[in-house]
Amino acid sequence: MAELKDKIQQYATRLGDDSLVLGHRISEWTSHGPFLEEDIALGNVALDYVGRARMFYSYAAELAGEGKTEDDFAYLRDEREFQNYLINELPRGDFAFTIVRQLFVDVYFNYYLTELKKSKDPELAAIATKSLKETRYHLRRSRDWTIRLGIGTEESKTRMTKALNDLWGYTHELFEPDELEIELIELGIAVDMRELKANWLSDIKAIVKEAELEIPDAEWAVRGGREGFHTEHLSMLLTIMQSVHRANPGANW
Amino acid sequence: MNIIPSISPALHDKIQRRNHSNYVEIWTLLDAVCDPEIPVLSIWDIGILQDIEYVEGKYKIIITPTYSGCPAVDAIKEDIAKQLEDNKILNYEIKTRLSPAWTTDCMTLEGNNKLREYGIAPPVDVPNGCALHVTPTENVLCPHCRSRNTTIISEFGSTSCKALFKCNDCYEPFDFFKCI
Repeated sequence: MAELKDKIQQYATRLGDDSLVLGHRISEWTSHGPFLEEDIALGNVALDYVGRARMFYSYAAELAGEGKTEDDFAYLRDEREFQNYLINELPRGDFAFTIVRQLFVDVYFNYYLTELKKSKDPELAAIATKSLKETRYHLRRSRDWTIRLGIGTEESKTRMTKALNDLWGYTHELFEPDELEIELIELGIAVDMRELKANWLSDIKAIVKEAELEIPDAEWAVRGGREGFHTEHLSMLLTIMQSVHRANPGANW
Repeated sequence: MNIIPSISPALHDKIQRRNHSNYVEIWTLLDAVCDPEIPVLSIWDIGILQDIEYVEGKYKIIITPTYSGCPAVDAIKEDIAKQLEDNKILNYEIKTRLSPAWTTDCMTLEGNNKLREYGIAPPVDVPNGCALHVTPTENVLCPHCRSRNTTIISEFGSTSCKALFKCNDCYEPFDFFKCI
């Protein structure tokens, strides 16, 4: 059983990594939002993701024992140890890029968390129940913005089209569980997104169509997040995010 | 026949837990602990305080966070600890429990009233109650002039739990405590 505990710990850590890295990326918008209300909205969404990461990491720390805390997971691991999907670590780009990424991720989490609520692991199910409430209002916002920018001006349409093209190749790995996840899926603990890809795709297609945009037909795909192979952007994100903790180890206030 | 309950099952259960608790004095003591961001609301009113148990010689204070990233939770834990220690209760443990997840339904009726008096539209002041758990876009009662002629400005406000509205009659902007 000890082995299963380790696997759930690794799974919880990955989910924490997805949320923390994306939460940090969104937080970079603070004071750079296009207008005040949107700046606040981005800050709120970032906070929800960082909070979600804290719940996953706290659970991983509890499973790890040895006095570990959420901070060990967030601040004291290196790039290769992070197992987040790559889409989360890409630089924030312009507002269109951020919105398209949020749309992809929000629709994804809407399905993911609904499934995770049924997990046989009660703590993961509890985190999912809590987070799903927040994902629902995130999705309302990213959907509204996608439509608004898609049918907005020539400039906003061009930028949205570019963002769709730039991000599309990063969505594939979201639906490809590795060995660890397949094992946990079979035990009813992890979520099997292979079965939900069609639903995700049909939701995205409907929203993109309403926004008078098009799904790219590009066939390229980038993978590697779950194995710890990252884009060059993650190391820079971690350097900034972890700098205070690493400069003052164990500091408390 | 439609029956609209005056309080949610979640709140009803919570009130029962408190009323039938063996540690009523601890519940009462903790009525003095308030949300640092909305100081008119106690942690009981807002629904953060879930239960008090007594296990192996220790009072277990069980709280439920409102929003995942709500920074007030850490401050609330410190305030609970201080209140207990000031009252010479040293055998305690504060435990966060995520399930059942916090919902606006956990807020007491007194809490809703206090919010309104404080100038924040409470979750019950929506046209059809909070049953759908979705932030409405209009018709929230203005806490200043009591008009329903109001419009959402943004679903996100100064803290995770609030959305921004404006009143089209008295022209005042106001915070609305979101339904989740």
